[in-house]
Amino acid sequence: MYSDLEMDALREIGNIGAGNAATALSMLLCKKITIKVPQIKIIPFDEVSQSVGGPEKLVAGIFMRISGDIEGNILIVIPEIDAYHLTEILLNAKRENGMDFSEMEKSALLELGNIVGSSYVTALSDFTKLSLKISVPSFAFDMAGAIISFPLSLYGYIGDTAFLIDTEFTEGLDGIRLHYFLIPDDKSLQLLLKAIGVNTVEHINQSRNGRI
Amino acid sequence: MAEYKAAKSPYSLITLGLGSCVGVTLYDNLTKVGGLAHVMLPDSTLSGKKDYNPGKFADTAIDVLIEEMLRLGASKNRMVSKIAGGAQMFQIKSENNIMQIGKRNVEAVRNKLNQLNIRIIAEDVEGNYGRTIEFFCEDGRLAVRTIGHGTRIL
Repeated sequence: MYSDLEMDALREIGNIGAGNAATALSMLLCKKITIKVPQIKIIPFDEVSQSVGGPEKLVAGIFMRISGDIEGNILIVIPEIDAYHLTEILLNAKRENGMDFSEMEKSALLELGNIVGSSYVTALSDFTKLSLKISVPSFAFDMAGAIISFPLSLYGYIGDTAFLIDTEFTEGLDGIRLHYFLIPDDKSLQLLLKAIGVNTVEHINQSRNGRI
Repeated sequence: MAEYKAAKSPYSLITLGLGSCVGVTLYDNLTKVGGLAHVMLPDSTLSGKKDYNPGKFADTAIDVLIEEMLRLGASKNRMVSKIAGGAQMFQIKSENNIMQIGKRNVEAVRNKLNQLNIRIIAEDVEGNYGRTIEFFCEDGRLAVRTIGHGTRIL
């Protein structure tokens, strides 16, 4: 569906965003953060939740909406235990590994989402010269399938696969992992490629007139 | 996601981690044939592709599910429905209504069932949490499991 050149270009977009976001995250946590090379995934809907441990796995999700010249979604998915660890680091306090997050802990994670998401989008915007806005983040702590399905389901109108750029961040000592998904709306993909000068053929977008 | 399946007692049908999607179950009590569809989106007419998978949309998934149940010996005028799902996992203000896809899925499912004269005898919909549902063909029970919101039997 996409040429090697286009895949490379999208991976590079992911890389630039993730590099910036990793720096911001590292400063926030005062820890060393490593990132894996972003992966471009064009996969059936069901397989997306597999990448974070299956549809019933308990995860924390932080969701932000991108608007402006392109539109899309950012979803940060943190496995349960790692989310507990993160709040301990952020608030500098030990916690019991129980089910619920306090309001304070939720807002600490939201703020983390805000910082990581904004630095990613700022880098993206600088690189592509597109004007991008990011919404306030929203938090959910629930089954991975439920959290991930929403931003992906919109792809259902154009096919049976979802498109996403998946970057895995790992924190140095405790090995806290978080998945950062950039999920551009279908039309925005072409705009994104165009903005960085990769010429593309119109592949998939027909007759939707922007309706979702 | 976007799948549908019919089965007969003693089997059960399960779908994991429903968020904005809606699980639609149909049941014929006499033949003990049950069906479950995992609806992702409300409206097939908005599909960009013509050869779409009918299991994806509220207005098409229920039709194909009924067909499959008829093949297992069910009768349409005995069918009753239970539905679950259609949550809004994230609360964000948005200029368009994509955030409310769960709610729109539920409405589309209700409309479709109403058109087909199939009664909804129980539902557990909307809210802001995920659901795993299991439908038992032996007696038409629908178990809805959640994290932090308990388990309900419909």
